[in-house]
Amino acid sequence: MSPEIKLWIFRGALFVASCLFLLGLRALTSAETARRGMWMAAIGMALGVAGTLLHKDVVSYHWIAIGLVVGTVIGVPMGRWIPMTKMPERIALSHAFGGAAVALVGLAEYLHRGNTLGSFGMGAIGFEVVMGAVTFTGSLVAFGKLQGTISGKPLGFRGGHLLNAILAVACLTGIAILIARPEQTVVFYGVIALSAVLGVLLVLPIGGADMPVIICLLNAYAGLAASASGFALDNQILIICGALDGGSGLILALIMSKAMNRSFRNVLFGGVGAGAAATAGSGEAKPSREASIEDAAELLKIASSVIVVPGYGMAVAQAQHAVRDLAGVLAANGVNVRYAIHPVAGRMPGHMNVLLAEANVPYDQLFELDAINDDFRQTDVTIVVGANDVVNPAAKSSPSSPIFGMPILNADQSKAVIVLKRSQNPGFAGIENELFVQPNTMMVLGDAKHTLGKLSAAVKGSHN
Amino acid sequence: MNSDQLLVGFYVFTLAAFFGYQVISKVPQLLHTPLMAFTNAVAGISLVASLVIAGGDHGLLISILGAIAVAAATVNVVGGFLITDRMLKMFKKKEVAR
Repeated sequence: MSPEIKLWIFRGALFVASCLFLLGLRALTSAETARRGMWMAAIGMALGVAGTLLHKDVVSYHWIAIGLVVGTVIGVPMGRWIPMTKMPERIALSHAFGGAAVALVGLAEYLHRGNTLGSFGMGAIGFEVVMGAVTFTGSLVAFGKLQGTISGKPLGFRGGHLLNAILAVACLTGIAILIARPEQTVVFYGVIALSAVLGVLLVLPIGGADMPVIICLLNAYAGLAASASGFALDNQILIICGALDGGSGLILALIMSKAMNRSFRNVLFGGVGAGAAATAGSGEAKPSREASIEDAAELLKIASSVIVVPGYGMAVAQAQHAVRDLAGVLAANGVNVRYAIHPVAGRMPGHMNVLLAEANVPYDQLFELDAINDDFRQTDVTIVVGANDVVNPAAKSSPSSPIFGMPILNADQSKAVIVLKRSQNPGFAGIENELFVQPNTMMVLGDAKHTLGKLSAAVKGSHN
Repeated sequence: MNSDQLLVGFYVFTLAAFFGYQVISKVPQLLHTPLMAFTNAVAGISLVASLVIAGGDHGLLISILGAIAVAAATVNVVGGFLITDRMLKMFKKKEVAR
């Protein structure tokens, strides 16, 4: 094969791959076509890799083979056997891998042809390495927080934001110096080190409830880093995929912060929970009504419509299958059972949907906030499984509350509410929840999975 | 890289970002987690860049850096598509007997 033909095969493969990625993404807008879209993109990826192996600069294959084998050996278990409940951790880790890959490419490019890059190329590589390193360490911290290895509480300190600003400016200055003097290797390593520190400091002050936003933002950073590497290498497919990845991260982050009625700035620099303690103490503490499983079962036996509101607690208790079993028992009694999913329920976008899908809940029973919120009023019983802030009426009624203005699910408007909760302690943000002390609310304390199992048995038993 | 290439790059970036914005805004909340896994796998196309470096024979250090980058990107490609498929397989419209 002549070099000319090889070059055109390489270019053609990447072009077709880009088209397949765009078509695949478009198919992801509907659950019916999503799987087909995924396979289109996978074929595009295979084409892209095969075409690149014909690139004129690829002269030896042993290092490539080692990388591919090691990556596959780690990737297959990460794709096949990680439980669905660990999905947020899995996504955070994959952002770390993405950031690392891009940063390493940038470093290798710099070492290989640092002096011939030109100012645009050097600038692009600088940006690529900074974003890649920030994504890498930031995602590792996010992973640690989700795992519980690092405290989920906001770990900020006075002057933290100023320090971050100084670090960011230092990184940009470093890039500027490198554009003028690309041979300054020390500056390049310094920029990498500072970016790595910046990534850690950006994520440490983020609290657990704000995780959905920061995961989306890290997704956006990973995409922008990939795009920058496309600029540096003059490779269009990298620019396209980076823009898609960065764009999706940004859009999801916007949806998430809108669903919490917070601005980006507030999520990044606010740290919910810090200011909450002051307002939490106001007003006398009203007792909530604790109920037994039998009481709750009696209520469910006479209900004809039920809405389930899942939250992070359902993920923690791994109660999705138990939820489905109860819904099955109720449906067998002729009860209309639906699920109301708040956009920020859980620790990442779509977290609850994936867990319920895993438990075999058909997706036409899952409703978004706007689609179901007016129906609570006509609903006999709302079962809240490990959700708290997303059903807190203070968001509508109490201007002093830190979550005031956040769109919530109107669980408080249903005729009766059953709340499944681990303990009486207030939720993550330390905010009292009015819903829990409403006269028509029953609190059933204990492990949600355990409670749901007993509830199913109690409701079922009476009908035999 | 010269300024012409930079300009073409910006055209491509802007068009892709616009397309992405239009399409991704239409992805339902139901599919947000698979969407993240999917875009993650697709961004693993940085594999293309790391392959060229790992196969380039520019000295041991650069080859090793390239090989690590290949491995990291491969984890995302292989793991990302596998997990997206696993998730999408679970989304069913009607109840099915288990």
